[in-house]
Amino acid sequence: MPTQKVVATTGNTMVAEAMRQCAPDVVPAYPITPQTTIVEEFAKFVAQGRVHTEYVTVESEHSAMSACVGASAAGARVMTATSSQGLALMWEELHIAAGLRLPIVMANANRALAAPINIHCDHSDIMGARDTGWIIYFAETAQEAYDNTIMALRVAEHPEVMLPAMSTLDGFITTHSIDRAELMDDESVKAFVGDYKPENALLDVENPTTHGSFSGLGGPYFEFKKSQRNAIDRSMAVIKDVGAEWTKLSGRPFDVIEGWGMEDAEYIIVAIGSTAGNARHVAREMRAEGVKAGVLKVRVFRPFPFAEIADAIKDAKAVAVLDRSESFGAEGGPLFLEVRSALYDHDKRPALVNYIYGLGGADVKLELMRRVFSDLVDIADGVIEPGRLVYLGAR
Amino acid sequence: MANIRELSDRADRLAGGHRLCAGCGASIAVRQVLLGAGETPVVAGCATGCLEVSTTIYPYTSWRTPFIHNAFENSAATISGVEAAFKGLKAAGKIPADKRVKFVAFGGDGGTYDIGLQSLSGAMERGHDMVYVCYDNGAYMNTGIQRSSATPFGAWATTSEVGAAHQGKEQRRKDLTSIIAAHNVPYAAQASVSHWKDLTDKAEKAFAVEGPAFINVLAPCPRGWRSKPESTIEIAKAAVQTGFWPLFEVVDGDWKQTVKVMNRKPIEEFLKSQGRFAHLFKPGNEGLLVEVQAEVDRYWEYVQNRCNCGQ
Amino acid sequence: MSKWDVSDINQWKSDQFPRGAVIPTGGNSDEYVTGGWRSERPYRDDDKCTQCLLCWVFCPDTSAMVKDQKVYDFDLEHCKGCGICAHECPADAIEMVPEGCELPGVK
Repeated sequence: MPTQKVVATTGNTMVAEAMRQCAPDVVPAYPITPQTTIVEEFAKFVAQGRVHTEYVTVESEHSAMSACVGASAAGARVMTATSSQGLALMWEELHIAAGLRLPIVMANANRALAAPINIHCDHSDIMGARDTGWIIYFAETAQEAYDNTIMALRVAEHPEVMLPAMSTLDGFITTHSIDRAELMDDESVKAFVGDYKPENALLDVENPTTHGSFSGLGGPYFEFKKSQRNAIDRSMAVIKDVGAEWTKLSGRPFDVIEGWGMEDAEYIIVAIGSTAGNARHVAREMRAEGVKAGVLKVRVFRPFPFAEIADAIKDAKAVAVLDRSESFGAEGGPLFLEVRSALYDHDKRPALVNYIYGLGGADVKLELMRRVFSDLVDIADGVIEPGRLVYLGAR
Repeated sequence: MANIRELSDRADRLAGGHRLCAGCGASIAVRQVLLGAGETPVVAGCATGCLEVSTTIYPYTSWRTPFIHNAFENSAATISGVEAAFKGLKAAGKIPADKRVKFVAFGGDGGTYDIGLQSLSGAMERGHDMVYVCYDNGAYMNTGIQRSSATPFGAWATTSEVGAAHQGKEQRRKDLTSIIAAHNVPYAAQASVSHWKDLTDKAEKAFAVEGPAFINVLAPCPRGWRSKPESTIEIAKAAVQTGFWPLFEVVDGDWKQTVKVMNRKPIEEFLKSQGRFAHLFKPGNEGLLVEVQAEVDRYWEYVQNRCNCGQ
Repeated sequence: MSKWDVSDINQWKSDQFPRGAVIPTGGNSDEYVTGGWRSERPYRDDDKCTQCLLCWVFCPDTSAMVKDQKVYDFDLEHCKGCGICAHECPADAIEMVPEGCELPGVK
């Protein structure tokens, strides 16, 4: 029987605790705001002898992920954390980790990408990694950051999956704010994540293998990518199964999308991360005023739950997709593009509009959420035309 | 330290059937280095480049050892991760505490002096128990002979072309071996494929050391140097005998020349059989040849001074 | 370690390949013939040979075959005919002869 302790702590501390309980064999670590306290907390665990982890203080994020790749191919359980410029710096390594099918788990503190340089929350860093082949979880709260990190490891190391996974949380908002969360006991987490059983490990020296071969010159690169696609498609079922198992253990619900007021919502905000909380707060006020407002939070972005999202929103009158990042030159932000695509084959589709908001940590004021809902009502009533992309709250 | 007959009893860990050019110095370097590991299991890694590409064309591998290629600039970081896994898995009780495995990262001069310098520096500084071997053929050969910071002063390369306005590389070579020695690693050395006894001895020492070790191996490239495939060893020997490539080692900060060269030959002896230096022999370029000799002399004197410091 | 059979690899479907493009074996380039590259091959005169083993230590293609500390043959499946062995042999015991040469006694 698991025991859970209520704590008041930051998202970063909860991630560090989750990592400690997952007992990785290797953690390559490089600091970057606002991830830094994750690697610092973990360093304390190392110094205290509370983990057996080989902690490698690498000299850059590119080397952090390179060392992760080496350690994981060697047969070790590997975890790390980064953010923003660091995530961008290791971009080629993200593709390599996925292509080599290595179950590395990384926490990302979602932070704006330069330029101009900015240390606050937005999703430009993580969205830049959406095509890398990693499984991607988004947390709304410190609790979800903890739960997602533990589940991500189970999913990544699953023999039907064997893909790297990211557990992300909003920079400063979730990483640094003190929140109420429940910490599960070490033994229960240990039993939940189980042991990593590597195949073709480099350290199985009696059976040499070659990792990272050259598959050009007419080699089967295309076939390897097809295998990767099959694996990430299979991961959706595994993510849900692991989620159900965690729900049973923790008592906390999990789904790849999580709705509020969605049973009969006519006006819906689709959002990722901490902003879902703001939207929900305002949706409650709208409901009290008789408006059928709903909020759909996307908790798993890769693989993208296109069928689930389409099913959840298809009967609404008007839907606003909130993007905390841009896809410059595209019709809208990344979430908008994928939601729009998810609805394409449905005969009945709501009006769908896109708001770019909160870039570089711009405050997600409640009045902005109210404006979005009020726009949706006006759009549904034909009072205003659904416009092109709106930069919500920017001057 | 083994003699050649004893070495021949050891397992040859690089299989034939790779696609390196006929006469390639890199594979000679790898064979000799791996002989230095003796019977201890070795996990090898390699940066993107001729060696990696030619030895791992799917589905064939020439490596009889476990092997990993990651990317271009991170052979050292990748192998440092493998070494960390070895330690972490021992700490987890998943690998017996007395199991011995050695780790070696290979990289060409492009992937080591230039793009790989940071990750090499980091791995050396962190003290991982690993060996890094640079096969220095003086250019980015796999992509077609572009200059690197290891390309000799005055040499032709496709990005340090020879013409009326410029005549080959205008910068002096970077002294990587000194840079790594300055990391206070237990062992750093310079070696050449021509001097197999010196190289295999150094490889043995490098593998025996507990901590980071570095060997910079001169590995001629017939394609890039515009030399005959059969002359690879002869040219490497000339590199040593002209003082272009001094052979020395740094053991715990103590510099020692391992192959003395009396009556150093003029640099022409090294340059003359390589097409990449042909322009230096054209009339009007005598001044350039003098500069080339002066740079060889400068580096030679520098190494002599460092090796004589303790005496 | 059993041999990894890749004879029909061009027919394999994507999920038949080992995961992550791993080559699940060591040294199987032995099965890939590069001997066809050469236009000359080494011929060693056993009488002149002093068994110094320099040809073995300098061969880029692991093609000087040694047993019990003595070189006995060249691996013609892999030898690329670079000529380093002949060039370096201190006893002039190795000669590069044209490939396809049918001289009697040529090994």
